Amino acid sequence: MYRYDSYDQAMVDARVEEFRDQARRRLEGKLTEDQFKPLRLMNGLYLQLHAYMLRVAIPYGTLDSRQMLMLADIAEKYDRGYGHFTTRQNIQYNWIKLEDAADILADLATVEMHAIQTSGNCIRNISSDHFAGAAADEVVDPRPYAELMRQWSSFHPEFTYLPRKFKIAVIASEKDRAAMRLHDIGVRIVKRDGEIGAQFYAGGGMGRTPMIAPLIRDFVPIDQFITYAEACLRVYNRYGRRDNKYKARIKILVHELGAAEYIRQVEEEFAHLLSVGVEPPREELARIAAHFADPAFVDGPKTLDRSDPDFALWVDRNTHRHKHDAYVSAVISLKPAGGIPGDATAEQMRVVAKLAKDYSFDELRVMHTQNLLLPHVAIRDLHAVWSALDAAGLGAPNMDTIEDIIACPGLDYCSLANARSIPLAQRISERFAETGRTEVVGELKLKISGCINACGHHHAGHIGILGVDKKGTENYQLSLGGSEAEDVSLAKITGPGFDEDGVIAAVEKVTDVYLAARTEGERFLDTYRRIGMEPFKEALYGQ
Amino acid sequence: MKILTGNDLRSGAVTWWNGSGWSLFVDDAVDVGEEAEEILAREEAARRVNVPYAIEASIDAAGHVRPAHIKDRVRALGPTVRRDLAVPTADKTGWDWVI
Ligand code: HEM
Ligand code: SF4
Repeated sequence: MYRYDSYDQAMVDARVEEFRDQARRRLEGKLTEDQFKPLRLMNGLYLQLHAYMLRVAIPYGTLDSRQMLMLADIAEKYDRGYGHFTTRQNIQYNWIKLEDAADILADLATVEMHAIQTSGNCIRNISSDHFAGAAADEVVDPRPYAELMRQWSSFHPEFTYLPRKFKIAVIASEKDRAAMRLHDIGVRIVKRDGEIGAQFYAGGGMGRTPMIAPLIRDFVPIDQFITYAEACLRVYNRYGRRDNKYKARIKILVHELGAAEYIRQVEEEFAHLLSVGVEPPREELARIAAHFADPAFVDGPKTLDRSDPDFALWVDRNTHRHKHDAYVSAVISLKPAGGIPGDATAEQMRVVAKLAKDYSFDELRVMHTQNLLLPHVAIRDLHAVWSALDAAGLGAPNMDTIEDIIACPGLDYCSLANARSIPLAQRISERFAETGRTEVVGELKLKISGCINACGHHHAGHIGILGVDKKGTENYQLSLGGSEAEDVSLAKITGPGFDEDGVIAAVEKVTDVYLAARTEGERFLDTYRRIGMEPFKEALYGQ
Repeated sequence: MKILTGNDLRSGAVTWWNGSGWSLFVDDAVDVGEEAEEILAREEAARRVNVPYAIEASIDAAGHVRPAHIKDRVRALGPTVRRDLAVPTADKTGWDWVI
């Protein structure tokens, strides 16, 4: 895992003291809210429905037990004993006091963490494949490249006031487990003729105008990849629309210019930048990569005792193939049936931290699905890990099933919401768990957002639900056929919306149609793509 | 009726104008009529409240203050999915009218 050097630490420490001073001046009345708001947002501090909300960055979702323990301590000491792990692989606290915020940032800095660039019109936390460094199918570990981008984008003076926020994902496999093409820039690290390079996609995103990023460069040599990213950002920074917030994302620029013209301008800027020399020295990438060297895997048993059916089900559902065949990656579900997606208590965080230390080379990941992950668990230890998780309410065997719902905070917490998201997730997961249909239905990704900002990725759900306001009451639009994976697609709206009970019934009807129509081995998404929207519409709206 | 709400500057807690100060309980909110703008400006300048605003509300049959918009009703009690964290209130029927 990456460790701060003295520069990283000094930057973060200085920022804490700067913010402490800003918060003090706000409390003393020397700054107005209008003056203070941009300052607090630069440090991840929002004002939400019930209190301040603090968003802490977890770069590419990787953290160790010491950091997780600190997150637990903060939840207990300054919040109400829990935190919310998010689709951008971060954590949010919902009940923060302004007078505590600087102390929290100081505590975070002691474990190499911060909340910088988790808000505002800058380059946000870089996200990545949660299986990075463990997956059997990756070309290389994408995290050194993500870390290099993190360093390049942190406090980058030119990109501190972009037209709008900017989100980057870096992966290194054909399979896309990071919604890469739904980011402002998506990077896939690839190998061609033995040479490592970067494939660039630009102009994807969700929000009010969802778009899939087109390919803009098939191969950038790895020792030019920061230069190429800088060229992409420069063109956007120059021409992105600052006059209209709703048209300010790079996706609109790429769409309006057309990919070909955007590419032409980026190539021109790229050629110019190559002549200037902005690429970090190769030794820097080597220095970073050394931090991500494989842990000392040891050979061991490759099979396990499956006599306990609950354990066997969990293994089948929640573990993922590892590049070393005596290991697996184990998903820690934050989706108990009827629970709040992504929330974990301080005690649960501590259980997870201990398991990471004892059984996963002290490494943890936050997944964009609002779950946690132990990346390297020896097969011989799996039963012990599962038992501990199960005892802590973290053993739900439901990865990628209809219970593994992504739901944004919605109207229960968020000041931008039209409707609540969490209660829908609770009721749907409970219903499917109770009726035993979860297993029957198999892989089905259901994603819920409480407003058009799409924090809950509803556009990318096999089933998506969007909360809308209907004359002051909650209403829900249903959509089908989205995917954030390598078979990326945007979901289509079925028709008129539903109330809360109605949309839950609608989800069941839609799964009925699937179960009746599916052929051998077909997932919900495959069946939808084969038979199209009509049969679903008929079931939902027909007489 | 018209009532005033905002968040406490220090804690971020939701507060309601009770005629002389800011209360944590929506039931304490009073009708401010024409005075809304004046109170808002004065209280915000004095940092007794952060980003306050005026909203429509009514009084239900049991005498409880009920904000017109669902968002402010959620603010009044807390997240509907974490009732254990709700603003402590004497109004046992509170959750019946939030949604
Ligand atoms: C509760 C406070 C939050 C606020 C005020 C907020 C605000 C926003 C806004 C305004 C957008 C639209 C941005 C745009 O299209 O330009 C957005 C998008 C997004 N947010 Fe949030 N959000 C919040 C919480 C979250 C949470 C908890 C998550 C993770 C679960 C999240 C993840 C995202 C993602 C993934 C997007 C879509 C990015 C895209 O457009 O590609 N947000 N958010
Ligand atoms: S999608 Fe809307 S309601 Fe949900 S967290 Fe984002 S901004 Fe809030």
